[in-house]
Amino acid sequence: MSPRGSLERERRQAYLLVAPAVLVLGGVALYPILAAVWLSLHRFILVFGERRFTGLANYAYLLGDSRFWAALGNTAYFTAVAVTVELLLAVPLALLLQKAFPGRGLLRASVLVPWAIPTVVSARLWAWMFNPEYGVINRLLPGQDINWLGAPGYALHAAILVDVWKTTPFVALLVLAGLQGIPEDLYKAARVDGASPWRVFVSITLPLLKPALLLALLFRSLDAFRVFDAIYVLTEGGPANTTETLSIYAYKTLMRSGDFGYGSTLSVATFLCVVVLAAVWLRLLGREEAAR
Amino acid sequence: MRQRPGLGTALAVVAFLTFFLGPFCWQVLTSLWPDGELTRPWPSRLTLENYASVLWGRPFLRVVLNSLVVAALTTGFCLTVGAAAAFALAKLEFRGKGLLLSAALAVSMFPPIATVSPLYLILRAVGLRDSLVGLALPYATFALPLTLWVLTSFFRALPDELYRAARVDGCTPFQAFRQVLLPLAAPGLATTAILVFIFAWNEFLYALTFLSTPEKRTVPVAISLFASEYREPWGEIAAASVVATLPLVALTVLFQRRIVSGLTAGAVKE
Repeated sequence: MSPRGSLERERRQAYLLVAPAVLVLGGVALYPILAAVWLSLHRFILVFGERRFTGLANYAYLLGDSRFWAALGNTAYFTAVAVTVELLLAVPLALLLQKAFPGRGLLRASVLVPWAIPTVVSARLWAWMFNPEYGVINRLLPGQDINWLGAPGYALHAAILVDVWKTTPFVALLVLAGLQGIPEDLYKAARVDGASPWRVFVSITLPLLKPALLLALLFRSLDAFRVFDAIYVLTEGGPANTTETLSIYAYKTLMRSGDFGYGSTLSVATFLCVVVLAAVWLRLLGREEAAR
Repeated sequence: MRQRPGLGTALAVVAFLTFFLGPFCWQVLTSLWPDGELTRPWPSRLTLENYASVLWGRPFLRVVLNSLVVAALTTGFCLTVGAAAAFALAKLEFRGKGLLLSAALAVSMFPPIATVSPLYLILRAVGLRDSLVGLALPYATFALPLTLWVLTSFFRALPDELYRAARVDGCTPFQAFRQVLLPLAAPGLATTAILVFIFAWNEFLYALTFLSTPEKRTVPVAISLFASEYREPWGEIAAASVVATLPLVALTVLFQRRIVSGLTAGAVKE
């Protein structure tokens, strides 16, 4: 067999091997996104079987829909606060996980427990702890009588706490992987020079950790932006829509009102927000890579 | 360098352990709390009544079985389709390789809500709405990209010489994959299977949207809709949650190293 024929054959088999994966991704991801864009150009009420092309009418309505802007604001707030707190907690946790101390194995295994628990279950678990009458949180705060999930201003923060509990471990693992990539020599040199631990953290650890932190920021913010499970179970978007995120609003429009036209418009809008967010982070990440 | 743990370290460990394990322990305690005593600050005795009523008084075992079926179908499907593609991505030369990996990464970042309306209409049109098989298909949107990333990095870690030696011995690329590299990638397949299984077991939005019959519900949907006519059955919810969670917690603690390496391989390495 000539090397040329062999290469040709290799390429042909490569295409055959990836073809099923490409077909599946096309069928369950690419096609649905395009179809959602197409649906968003229609007035389409599923129960009435009514469906007609209306062009950009749904998008015009979206721009004037105050409930959409409120949901966008809630989503952005949830994402920004949750991801910030997660990063602030994950860095010390990762530093701790990297240290050698008795019980490290136990800590490593137990931080993964919240990650493994289904979000719905963790939301139910926290809902019980937030219960205004018998919940353990109000019991631990004597004299307080806070209706955590029922009071505007509290509910969104309660949801943020649930998200922080669940995903800080994942962020810490990403940061830990970054920490392990920092050469030990740098620390030795710093010790020889007599640098204080804080100085070492600020001048060595943090700058070298920056790519890992940016990556965690990218993954977590895109993930937090599509939040659905926790909030749906905790509050269903209430009280008074103060915890309604884009995914919740779109879900209610699609499945409760059966409005597939406007519901698809809201889904496409959510998708576009995620694309913009991803583009911004990838640019930052790319600049970081280029600088190195 | 091994240091004596300082007081600060010890306090930090206790604080993190309380934060991450405390709620889960509270859940376990609630599940053992006798019904009717939940208003008291502390249970007078512990009981398995909540477990008995969840497992035998409700169709909960059926729900657990549904989740097992969907998660197993998703895992089997993604590993079959994904392993072949991941091998090609790691070891063979062809055009569009980078594009495929980037596309997979992009898809894993899609908000699931963005694909719900068309998928609902497609599944309805082909008669797969409200079916467990029909649910496993959309699960490929997040499970297949994960499979591709984790497995590609595993195949890349296998020495190229193995593949070339098999080719010199007269194997076609496909035979080299099946007979030489796939068996060696077994640890990678196991890691991927655990991750995909956990993701499919925990998925909520698609399951809530595409399943409508109560007998077809998966665990997260059943737990979210757990209701009693007159009050929230917190003890039973806690018992059901523990049943739904313990296998995952055991899996995670047991395969902790694998899971961490899989998660970071999928997320960090290129």
